[in-house]
Amino acid sequence: MNFGFTEEQELLRAEVRKFLDQNCPLEEVRKLCETPEGFSRSLWERMAELGWVGLTISEEGGGVGLGWVDLVVVLEEVGRSLFPSPLLSTVLAAKAVDLNGTEAQKSRWLPGLADGSRIGAVAITGDEGRLDAAGIALEGRPDGDDFTLDGEKLLVMDAQNADILVVAFRTGSGEEDLSLAVVERSAKGLNIEPHRTMDLTRRMGRLHFDGVRVSADALLGSAGSAWAAIEHLQDCAAAAVCAEMVGAAEGALKLTTDFANQRVQFGQLIGRFQGVKHPLAEMFIDIESFKSLCYYAAWLLDECSPEAPLAVSRAKAYASESFARIGVDSVQLHGAVGYTWEYDIQLYLKRAKWARPAFGDAEHHYQRVAKLRGF
Amino acid sequence: MDFNFTPEEEAFRDEVRAFLDENLPENGTRDMEAVAEFQRRIREKRWVGFSWPKEIGGGGGSIMEQVILKEEMARRKAPALGACFMGLAWVAPALIEYGTEEQKQRFIPDILDGKYQWCTGYSEPGSGSDLASLQCRAVREGDEYIVNGQKIWTSIAMWSKWMILLVRTQTDVEAKHDGISCLLVEMESPGLTVRPIKNMAGGDMFAEVFFDDVRVPVENRLGEENQGWKVTVSALAHERSSISEVYGLTRSLERIKVLAKSCHRNGRPASEDPGFRSRFARADARIEAMRLNGMRFLTKQLRGEPLGSETSINKLHRAQLEIELGELALEIEGGLGVLVQGDSAVPDDGLWQRHALSWPEVVIGGGTPNIQKNIIAERVLGLPKD
Repeated sequence: MNFGFTEEQELLRAEVRKFLDQNCPLEEVRKLCETPEGFSRSLWERMAELGWVGLTISEEGGGVGLGWVDLVVVLEEVGRSLFPSPLLSTVLAAKAVDLNGTEAQKSRWLPGLADGSRIGAVAITGDEGRLDAAGIALEGRPDGDDFTLDGEKLLVMDAQNADILVVAFRTGSGEEDLSLAVVERSAKGLNIEPHRTMDLTRRMGRLHFDGVRVSADALLGSAGSAWAAIEHLQDCAAAAVCAEMVGAAEGALKLTTDFANQRVQFGQLIGRFQGVKHPLAEMFIDIESFKSLCYYAAWLLDECSPEAPLAVSRAKAYASESFARIGVDSVQLHGAVGYTWEYDIQLYLKRAKWARPAFGDAEHHYQRVAKLRGF
Repeated sequence: MDFNFTPEEEAFRDEVRAFLDENLPENGTRDMEAVAEFQRRIREKRWVGFSWPKEIGGGGGSIMEQVILKEEMARRKAPALGACFMGLAWVAPALIEYGTEEQKQRFIPDILDGKYQWCTGYSEPGSGSDLASLQCRAVREGDEYIVNGQKIWTSIAMWSKWMILLVRTQTDVEAKHDGISCLLVEMESPGLTVRPIKNMAGGDMFAEVFFDDVRVPVENRLGEENQGWKVTVSALAHERSSISEVYGLTRSLERIKVLAKSCHRNGRPASEDPGFRSRFARADARIEAMRLNGMRFLTKQLRGEPLGSETSINKLHRAQLEIELGELALEIEGGLGVLVQGDSAVPDDGLWQRHALSWPEVVIGGGTPNIQKNIIAERVLGLPKD
């Protein structure tokens, strides 16, 4: 029995943290937020060279072939630094191809994703971030062996930077009418428009499909039978977002604890007051707890366990509920300076606002837990 | 990460299971002789005091074996490992570490056999969370200490033969933790009076204890004079994962699941109400988090890394869950929640009403939630001390 990381994983964590501390402190994050692309191509290339972009991509696809537990290590550090990059999206797009693609499809798309030369994104949820099968509205019209897509997809993470998009669409009204396909950025009739997001470290976009043609060889899996694959990808995504939430919440707690350890009022450090101390202790308790849930969910995903969906929902529900409150509480504990653009704590509050609904909010996942637990 | 057990660990688990299959009395039995016989056999297996060294009568069980034993016992809802709860939990560990050879031989075998009960004289009317401020005095007179003062919230004082007692032996000290000594006191001593206190559930599990010139032989002091504070903190290698406590909480949650199917809200089973479903899941996620936190603590212990105050995390979860599960059940019962055992309409024979009136035993005893939060804030997060 061992619920901890290996030496290699701890080493990986230390390397990622050092890389991000050196190359992308929060002042650099703020600068990147002002750029049109929202991330640094040069840092992205270096991360790809270090093998972090292809970490979970299969070896035959040009990646390192590691699992979600290893990814959690990287994403925790990425979350702690609020590092803006299309890592999460690229990893998920590659996962979709790795799990559902043919050999030809894998060799066509994975090497470019693994070496960072092409950026991936996934459009696998419904329009208000809905996660059920009925929420996926984009329509595909069969046209021989091909399909023609008309409609739109909202809230697609890293859409405007993506070269390869994994898109879920429907050809009928039921759960057995869902398909998954790769659409390249260059596809005729595809128009990508950036959203304006509260969290500037996290770019999202809207995809317009105007008669976009999807050929049969771009379908991942067979037509109409993609729901299980989509649901599994959503679980992989939710667990990955949880890992970022662990890191980001620890970042917020660290900033606020440091503040409480140097701010003096009534002649003493405010960290001495229980009104400050106790909310900080509560943050720690919650972070450690959804961290445990997140690690276990990642491990179950790697083990292909049928228990994974329940574990993912427990983790994401707890994380969404707590991190949102941590964002608010940590700004509040900073007092008036927490309200300023200048202080960094607001960046974490905004990340919490992004992460809360991403791949299912607390209410969605609690309802799913109740169902899976037979309540 | 790997959640599998070694073949040796699996073999030990099989041994425990086989033992329980053969010897465990029926759940909830009132046959005290059967329970006593079970305790005798557990004792023969050396599973009472399982974590202690073999030389003093313990079982020498490894950390992992302790977890497996406690887990299997909790899974089967077996009686406690040993009959003398406080003796096993902290009197004997303190004796092992600080006791004289004579004290060890005099008390430890009886504690293992569960011959009689021990109680704990720590809290006083003016010293609860701030325990080190205690005022109960002991003045040395020749070979004896003369004890005067009062203790309170002393669980099972009226049924105990011995008490582990903290007293002040020195008053002019700089730090209030200094000047405290630990005495082992016979409850039958002249001048010692026990007065039970009725709790809000109507039971009387705890008591006030008054000391009026009670004489305690110096040979019954545990540890050095004025060094009694550290006697209360055991350094023995217990497993501290609290994984076995998760079983009790899970059982409560399962009972709530059944309750919610039989109670109604707006003419439909309460189990279909989205609000209740959400609260059920919230509790479920926290119980699972407790289990997994425990596994992470355990991993640290197994790797020989220091396990510090982070174990307060699970104490706080447990406190909140004990309260929340009782509240959730009573709200599911709706209007019927106001009834108690003895009324023919009360659901579950009044189980949840008793639950809703008994959580302070777990939540207040052993450190209030606010004290646990102070511990985390100061010792883990490094915030200044109060």
